[in-house]
Formats: sequence, C-alpha cells, structure tokens
Amino acid sequence: MDITSWDWNTPVKRVVQADACDGEAVWLEEPQVSPDGERLARVAFLDGEYGLCVNGALGEGTYSRIWYPRFSPDGRITALANDMEWTMLVDGEAWDTYGAIWNTQFSRDGAHIAAAIQQDGEYGMVVDNVPWETLYPNANHFTLSPDGSHSAAAVQVEPLGQAEVAKFQEGIFGVAVDGTTWSDRYVNVFSMAFSADGSRLAAEVRLNLYEYSIAENGKTWPATFSCVWTPAISPADGRAVAPVRIAGKWTLAAGGKPIWKSSFAQCWHQFFSADGKRLGAIVSPAFGRWTLALDDKAWRTTFGDYVEEACFSPDGARAVCLGKENGKFAVVVDDVAWPGRYDMAWAPVFSPDGAHVAAKVERGGKYTVAVDGREFGSGFTAACAPVFSPCSTKVLITVIEDGWLVRRVVPVADFKA
Amino acid sequence: MSEVEAPAAAEDTRTWVEKVKAKQQEDIAAGKYDYTTIEDANLDRAEKNLTEEHIQKVVKKWLATEGGARLKTYVQTCVHCGLCSEACHHYMSNSKDPKYSPVGKVKRTIWKILERDGRLTPAEVHEMSVIASTECNLCRRCLQYCPFGIDIGYLMSSVRRMCHLLGMTPLYIQDTAHSHAATMNQMWVKDDEWIDSLQWQEDEARDEFADIRIPVDKEGAEVYYSVIGPEPKFRTQLIYQAAAIFHNSGVDFTFPANPGWDNSDMCMFTGDFEMMGRIKKYHYESAMKLKAKKIVMGECGHAFRSVYDVGNRWVGWKMPPIPMIHSIQYFSELITEGKLKCREKYPEKVSFHDPCNTVRGRGLHEYGRHVTRVFCQELIEMTPNREYNICCNAGGGVINCGPPFKTKRVMSNEWKAEQLARVADQGVTTIVAPCHNCHGGLDDIIHTYHLPLKLKFLGDIIYEYMDKPEAE
Ligand code: SF4
Ligand code: SF4
Repeated sequence: MDITSWDWNTPVKRVVQADACDGEAVWLEEPQVSPDGERLARVAFLDGEYGLCVNGALGEGTYSRIWYPRFSPDGRITALANDMEWTMLVDGEAWDTYGAIWNTQFSRDGAHIAAAIQQDGEYGMVVDNVPWETLYPNANHFTLSPDGSHSAAAVQVEPLGQAEVAKFQEGIFGVAVDGTTWSDRYVNVFSMAFSADGSRLAAEVRLNLYEYSIAENGKTWPATFSCVWTPAISPADGRAVAPVRIAGKWTLAAGGKPIWKSSFAQCWHQFFSADGKRLGAIVSPAFGRWTLALDDKAWRTTFGDYVEEACFSPDGARAVCLGKENGKFAVVVDDVAWPGRYDMAWAPVFSPDGAHVAAKVERGGKYTVAVDGREFGSGFTAACAPVFSPCSTKVLITVIEDGWLVRRVVPVADFKA
Repeated sequence: MSEVEAPAAAEDTRTWVEKVKAKQQEDIAAGKYDYTTIEDANLDRAEKNLTEEHIQKVVKKWLATEGGARLKTYVQTCVHCGLCSEACHHYMSNSKDPKYSPVGKVKRTIWKILERDGRLTPAEVHEMSVIASTECNLCRRCLQYCPFGIDIGYLMSSVRRMCHLLGMTPLYIQDTAHSHAATMNQMWVKDDEWIDSLQWQEDEARDEFADIRIPVDKEGAEVYYSVIGPEPKFRTQLIYQAAAIFHNSGVDFTFPANPGWDNSDMCMFTGDFEMMGRIKKYHYESAMKLKAKKIVMGECGHAFRSVYDVGNRWVGWKMPPIPMIHSIQYFSELITEGKLKCREKYPEKVSFHDPCNTVRGRGLHEYGRHVTRVFCQELIEMTPNREYNICCNAGGGVINCGPPFKTKRVMSNEWKAEQLARVADQGVTTIVAPCHNCHGGLDDIIHTYHLPLKLKFLGDIIYEYMDKPEAE
C-alpha cells in the first residue's frame, strides 16, 4: 500500500454519487470504499441476480449471489460470488470455483488475498487462487500471515461421529500450515498468530479437557494453564507471548513462564511496538474495570464496559485505545481520555511521526473523524477510517455527504476544538 | 415407558394426566423402567477410569480454590426446614420422595463432599453427576421459598463443576460441550453452513417480501441478532421469521458471518467454565468487531443466562459489554415504539409459560405478557406463574443429557403436566414459551401426557399475525 502516490493535494473532491448504479437495482448494499477514497463499491440486487457496482459502473456478468465486497489494502475490489459454485472475484476476474468460499483476508500490503474454502465437504484455504493440496473434514480459525507468505488454520484431521466423546478427547485436531499439519494432535486448536514474515506461527491449543498451552512452530510450551488466549509474536525476538491464567488470575507468558509480575482479573489482546521493545495488553485490574497495561504497568484511566483497539505509535513511545463506560466511547491517549464521548468509535491511528491520533467516531447517527480530540465538521452520513499523510500534517477523510462520496484532505491544524 | 392409549374425548385433561401417571407407576412396579440403573456411556467410562486418590486430590483442590467456603456457608446456614421441598418439580413429581427435595439433593452431594473432605468413590461421583445433571434443572424455583436465600441451583451447578473436573459428565451434554469447543456453536455447524443457512433464508423470504435482506457482517448495525446452534441446523424458519419481523419493523440489523453467532452455552451447564468464557468472548467480540450498537438474541432462555449473567462475568464483564436484549423485551419495545403492529389477533386461547432463565433470572415476564396480549385474543394465566412458574425441566441442561434420561426427565415433571392440564381444561390450546429448551421439555410433556396443546414461540405468532404492508 503506497500511500505516497495518493492525492494529498486536492482539498475536496466529489468522487461519485453514493447510490450511482448503471443497472436497475432493487437495492444496493451499504457501500465499501477503497483505502485511498477514490472508489466506492456496492453489491446491487437486480431483481433475481446480483452485480457488483464500482463507482456507478456495473461489472461484467451477474451472479445468483454476490456478497462481502471488500477492497484490499492495495485497492483491488474483491467479492464472493456464486453461480452454482462459489468463487472469489478480484477486480472482476473470477478465481477457480469451490463448494463454498468465505472469510476473505489480505496481507498487510494487499498483494496477497486468501479465503477459507470448502470443496466436496472438505475444508482448507486458498491463497491467490491456489488452494491447499490437502483439505480436511473441518477447519476454522483461518489465518494469513501479515506478509501473505503462509496461511494456517485449525483443522480436524479425522471424521468424528455423534457422541464419540472418547475419540474427541484423544485429540483429533491439528494446526495446518499451507495445508500440512504439524505432527502433534490436540483436543482443540483455537486462534493463532503469525510473525510478520510468516516464518513463525503460534496457536492456542488444548491438551486435555483441563489444560491449555501455546504451540510455537509445532512445539508446545512445557507448561500448561487452565486457560490461554491468542498469542502474538514479538517482532524483536520471534517468541510468542500469550495471556495465561494462573490460579484464577491472568498475566502474560512466554515459553511457558510468566513475563509480567502483575496479574489481572483479565488480560488479553497483547500488542507490541514495531521494534518489539514494548509490550501492551488490555487488562482488567479489578473485576468489572478495564484499562491498558504497558510493560507490566496498568494505566489509571479505567472503564466499566470494555477497552479495545489498542496500539503503539510507530516509534513505540505512545499508546492509544478506546474505552467504553455506560455505553459511551472515549479515545484514550497516553492514559488521558479525550474530552469528547461518542456513541461509537473505531480503531484510532497514530500519525507516522506519532504526534497525532485520529479516529472515526459517531454521535447521534452522524459520523466524522476526530484528530487529537477535535472533530471535523458536524457529522456525515458515513465516514471511512482516517489515514494520515506520509508527512503527518494532513488527514484523508472520506465521507458520504449529501449523497456523494467526498474525499477531503484536511490539514491537522484545521481540526478545531 | 409404554404409552397409554389416547384419551377419550369426554375426559377432562387432568384425568388423562392421572391415567398416564398410574400407567407409569405400573411400569415401574413391573420393573419395566428403573430410575436407578440408567446407562450413560460417558459416566460409565469415567467411573471405570477414576481412582479414589485422584478424586480426593481433585475435589480438595476444587474446594480450596473455587468457593468451598461458600458451599460450607450455605450448608451450615440451612436449617433443614424443608420449605424448599414443595417448590421443586422433581420432589413433587416423584411422590414427594425426600431424596428429590432440594435440600435432599444437597445432602446427597455437597454435604457428603464436605463431610468426607473429598473422599468419594467413583460410584459416588457417578451418582452425584446424575443428581446434579438430571435431578436438578438449576431453575432456582426453590430459591424463591428458602428463608435464607440458599441457591440450590448454584450448589448443583457447583457439583456439576466438580464432576466436570473428574470427567464425569453425561455423554450427550459432553458431546455438545465438545461441539462448542470445536466450532463455537453447539450443533457442529461448520462456518460455511451457517452463512449458507442465512442466504438460503433470505432467498426464501424474498418470495414474501420482494426487497428483504438478511445482512451478514454489516458494520455498524443497530442490532446484531444472535441465535442458538439448532436454528441453522433444524429450525431455519426461526431465522426467516426474525428477519421478516425486523424487516417489517424497519430494524437495521445484521447477522455475523463468523463464529460467535451462537449465543448458547452448554459448557455453562457441564461446569466447563473455561470453555464457557471462551464462547462468550467469541460472541461479544464478534459483535464488537462489527461495531453493533446492541445484541438482540432469539428466544432462548439458557443462552440468556450465559450471556447476561454467568458467562460474561467469568470473562470479567460485570454486565454485558454491549447492551444485550432478549427478544421477549425487544418485541415489546418494537410494539411500544409503534414499529411492530398486529394485523389481527391469534384467535385461540393461549397461556404464557415463564422460562426460568429470563423470568426468575431477569424479570422479563411483563414484556412477554405485553407481546402476548397485543397479538393474542385471550391470555389465560397458568397457576402458578411469573417467577413462581413451574419449570420445564429442560433448560438447565437436563434435556441436553439426552435420550438415556428422557423418560426420567418427563416423569419428573408430571407436576408441570398437571399445571398445563389445568389451563387446557380452561380452553387453552396454545402455550406460548419464548425459550428453545422450554419448547423441548414441554413438547415431551405434552406428548407423554396427551395434552391437547400446541407450542408457539412469540416469534411464531408475531410473524403470522403482524401487519405486513409490504408482503406479496
Ligand atoms: S433449582 Fe429447581 S430443579 Fe433444582 S432443586 Fe431447586 S426447584 Fe428443584
Ligand atoms: S428452604 Fe432453605 S433453609 Fe429450608 S431446607 Fe431448603 S435450603 Fe434449607
């Protein structure tokens, strides 16, 4: 995704009418907008068949069903389409067909596209139109590595009949990477995470009804826990870090050993700074209260409903998250909440220089973008996730306004209190 | 059990119930059915594998780390007054045999566990599992009558937890717990089958509503609608009906595409609390990911208990992190807001069965009556009702223990059959029960006791009798 090539100079551009479609649509699905704000895609229901409309133009061919249109980070439009069999459409080109295809995923740069597939009752993944060679009686927790080089899923390696409880408890699940399973079998396999380059994979595994652990590249940690959550791989040293439950409290562990001294009523969604030197997690310091903990130290600002969407600034010096209290959302930067409260807020992002934070927010059914706590305009029919310019001085705000897709490039200085 | 003949038309319903009961007693006396020797493959397997040393080690650890002091306090507080006995359908349906009274069940389990400091034989643990999983439906009716507020449902749930830690869980409910763990839904529904069910129902509904949509994975919808596993598997018409009601009422709704869509939770009832928490995490996080404003759930009682009370709290959410509204309440709100209107009233006499998980658990009874009164000609109350209603003997996990325990389950609820017979004799033909498991339990009772009653969800009646200006 090369954002330097995007138009960062035109302050306001009316791109296309949001409900434009050159076919007779009974209805149009809610729009999807490309990351650069230049294209708008909608599924059109054309009285019995479906088409995909991009900037008002219906693509070639209609299908008995099209759904899940999504732009890849590199701007290609994908959708899942069916005509007796299912396929993936990528910029109008159809992949091979399957009994089912779903759960579209993209590599970080958008160059690779993956999905889950079912063919003749067997399950696996397809990446860039190449399916796994081996498919399984069932699969889930489908995962594509950030660089798109590898795909993985939890797979059931043997069929299981009704009430075959003993067989289930012997372990019939595995982790398949690019279609090939690790040698170990587990009672269950849950979610998993790749390293950025796809060379390392860690998964939550259940070894018997009571013991859970983390398996890294096929090797299970020497310690087990009463529960674990999704691991994350450190960009610094490639080791997996996962939340683990010890004596009823949660902390973070690596290699089977706690790495934080603090423990919490809950701890999950850990995340690293880009260099891997800093580690954060969403934690519950006391039952019913939620906050962030960074490098083993919890913030003071807590929320009663939940905390989500946390990340570090690019240099790792700062952190942001969303907190929700009594149904209202706040954006919290470095342990200080912006003064505004919202009915909904989306993942906040740092500017490349780490100086600013932007988030899409909604209040009373009107959407906008707020930067450093200051909102742009009085709200729009819809808004997309904000993107900072490479120089950190402008924000791309793509909105639907008066029935049009409007692309605005707004200087950070123009966000007024 | 052998069946009794169909009733003669002139007999009143209560007489039929008496006949069935007499026949059941005859069968028991003749040795055709024996409560005490029900075979369950998983319980039998666990009994063979357990040793007394292992049992004591596990039980002592469980007592030390998971609320043994609370259990002791409950046991020491109980004054053995027996006021809870006549609250329990197991006691009332089993000739008032004291061993089925709430306190009797505590005596056969927790007392023994505490008294012996966990020194139990495998056979005793087997028996305790049968007591906690099939002789108590965790309905908490007895709690309404105990002067000290002793929650026997909690105590029996604790026994189930202990049995889970020893692998002593009835086969069918354990299989369902495995399904949850493997697929995040209780019916082994695969990821693509769920999506296919939604799209199929949208296609079906389009014959009736030309422009209907069942949005899947729509971001920012007002309502994230969640269901239980059996809906896409066996009862897709309920998905159709819900979509029709929402479409007709102008509700901005979505279903999620990925696991998390099933709000049910048999792990709560097997005592596998770690898996229960995982299921709830998936459920709520799938709604958070879609930025839904609230979750509206279908007509299921035990699922409500798991998302509103038990499972969310295990995870650490004191209350649901996203507003969670049961359909009983949501339908009532749509009516009050003028979005859902009745075209003509359901013409037959109905009675409303209060599910324990939504009524004793959350007090939604008046919402249910509001909807019923708006959509039905006549509501005749069963007695007792509201928080004192008699349990279905299903929705606390008992029905999920499956075929081996079915006859025992139904016979342990002839008290409910008598209650239903009384409203049938008042001309009621339809029981409105806004809960899947209640449907399962009541259906078996209606069939076994030949009650001239049919069962409906609120959604069944609303869908059929709502004003549908757009329908073709
Ligand atoms: S909770 Fe219900 S089933 Fe259990 S003992 Fe009490 S009244 Fe009986
Ligand atoms: S009513 Fe309460 S105090 Fe009395 S026997 Fe039952 S549990 Fe014990």
